[in-house]
Amino acid sequence: MEAFTTHTGRAVPLRRSNVDTDQIIPAHWLKKVTRDGFEDGLFEAWRKDENFILNRPERQGATVLVAGPDFGTGSSREHAVWALQNYGFKTVLSSRFADIFRGNSLKNGLLTVVLDQKIVEALQELSENDPEAEITVDLENREVRAEGITASFELDENSRWRLLNGLDDISITLQNEADIAAYEAKRPSYKPRTLQV
Amino acid sequence: MGRTLAEKVWDDHVVRRAEGEPDLLFIDLHLLHEVTSPQAFDGLRQNGRPVRRLDLTIATEDHNTPTLDIDKPIADPVSRAQLETLRKNCAEFGVRLHPLGDVEQGVVHVVGPQLGLTQPGTTVVCGDSHTSTHGAFGALAFGIGTSQVEHVLATQTLPLARPRTMAITVDGELPEGVTAKDLILAIIAKIGTGGGQGYILEYRGSAIEKLSMEARMTICNMSIEAGARAGMIAPDETTFAYIKGRAHAPEGADWDAAVEYWKTLKTDADAEFDAEVHIDAAALSPFVTWGTNPGQGAPLSADVPDPASYEDASERLAAEKALEYMGLEAGQPLRSINVDTVFVGSCTNGRIEDLRAAADILKDRKVADGVRMLVVPGSARVGLQAVSEGLDVVFKEAGAEWRHAGCSMCLGMNPDQLAPGERSASTSNRNFEGRQGKGGRTHLVSPQVAAATAVLGHLASPADLSDARTPAGV
Ligand code: SF4
Repeated sequence: MEAFTTHTGRAVPLRRSNVDTDQIIPAHWLKKVTRDGFEDGLFEAWRKDENFILNRPERQGATVLVAGPDFGTGSSREHAVWALQNYGFKTVLSSRFADIFRGNSLKNGLLTVVLDQKIVEALQELSENDPEAEITVDLENREVRAEGITASFELDENSRWRLLNGLDDISITLQNEADIAAYEAKRPSYKPRTLQV
Repeated sequence: MGRTLAEKVWDDHVVRRAEGEPDLLFIDLHLLHEVTSPQAFDGLRQNGRPVRRLDLTIATEDHNTPTLDIDKPIADPVSRAQLETLRKNCAEFGVRLHPLGDVEQGVVHVVGPQLGLTQPGTTVVCGDSHTSTHGAFGALAFGIGTSQVEHVLATQTLPLARPRTMAITVDGELPEGVTAKDLILAIIAKIGTGGGQGYILEYRGSAIEKLSMEARMTICNMSIEAGARAGMIAPDETTFAYIKGRAHAPEGADWDAAVEYWKTLKTDADAEFDAEVHIDAAALSPFVTWGTNPGQGAPLSADVPDPASYEDASERLAAEKALEYMGLEAGQPLRSINVDTVFVGSCTNGRIEDLRAAADILKDRKVADGVRMLVVPGSARVGLQAVSEGLDVVFKEAGAEWRHAGCSMCLGMNPDQLAPGERSASTSNRNFEGRQGKGGRTHLVSPQVAAATAVLGHLASPADLSDARTPAGV
């Protein structure tokens, strides 16, 4: 997983609440065998409307999603996180995220930032008035900054540590390499093997 | 204080234990199939990680594989793509794979034990909830998600919080004609589909000790249907005899050392379980489900229950919805339910003993008019064994379809499905809405009940058929 320290980018203000994972990535996309290639499925139904904010030329290349409250409700599909990342989003800001979605996002290195609803709306307004406006999400200082706006946010120490170091569960386990190797060295020879080595 | 079987196996696999963290457990055997592995392999690729222990990893194809014309290209492009992805991944990473057409191909939970890879005191994982099957050998075996599949591929370990333990003690003799499937369906009906949540179940008692390995696998397989992560049975002489001589069984001095260890894997007399359930085997009879979860079952001799008889409001509502979906009337005798399809197979009841039991009943009998019966061996090797015993001929002569190995109608990911409104008696493990095909209605049964039902056209046990056998040659 890629480390997340500080990210600065243009935003997509998404003024909708209760965006569920079925909207983020519809079920028929789950037959895919990869973790990538979900970008075309992201908000698929809404993107059929050419005026949907993601379709507007000035939003191309934006990396910060500023969403309404209760983002990511519904099914537990990890594909919702993959779709946002595949599309190019690095971080999502909202006043409330669904639990499972938040867990999945932090596991995959997509930083979900919880901010006061007033701050979220201020950021949306800023971006609506000036699509070129940049938002900085600084995980080291747990701070979001944009023109005229500075807001701190909370994230538990363990998740922050993992994200700052780009550690997924696997990387963390691999830090215990010595323990694993020691265990392997003392495994009895009668244990089954699928291959002769 | 003494320890339970589950605790012993758990403790023997702790790689690292630290205050405030889950235990890091070593995994002895990792089974892969096409559905839950593609994104895990992708993750390895993206991070430039190899498979840590190729010698503890094995893959086969089961969920999407057709059971007819297996030498022809697979018609459904989505299924074909999933299988091709597995083949590509296994070739790239060096994982041993038994693809469609291989003699060791089959349902992943039939393949592990048949190769002798599933052994007592091992930890076994697979991206499939019915991994609990392997617990029949005294292994700690449980299903995992795709992220965990990737974790095991990369590290051969998993960080896990230790579950609690529940003893399910079954004493007494199972009456004639009552099988392991009837027993596990009765257990689930008793403790409920959430009754095992957070527990590792240990099945014990004199009735369990008398069961064959096949029967023990049937029981452990459905532990997940009671909400448990895993089910286990202490290994004994029956277990050792089953393993001895199989392709991956230990040999010589290793065999002796292994058996010595395996014999220590019994719950100590002074060990304590977090919960206990007692079942009287003698009180059981053939059991079938009437509803849309595996806990909605009853003895075959009973009637479809009246939802109004449930005190609990959510259970009452669930029963009402189930009857509506299943197209059944409260009070209707279960024996009066006609079926159009009978499925014998799956990781619950697709082993050789199950096929023998069904063939024994079908011999010199005919599948009822208008009933389609599918017999799908759990693995290619089980299929070969059945052919060598002439069971395929018995099935075909009775009018059943003899198919190639795979998950097949257990979940209908391949073309073997129920049409909307069709009703099956099925030896598989899940009767969820639409599980065997959109709108399909499933009654879970033992292989013996499946065969008797096929002959009579309605839910029935072998005892109902006493004189329906056609004389040889007719
Ligand atoms: S036979 Fe059924 S339950 Fe068993 S692995 Fe296949 S689909 Fe799952």
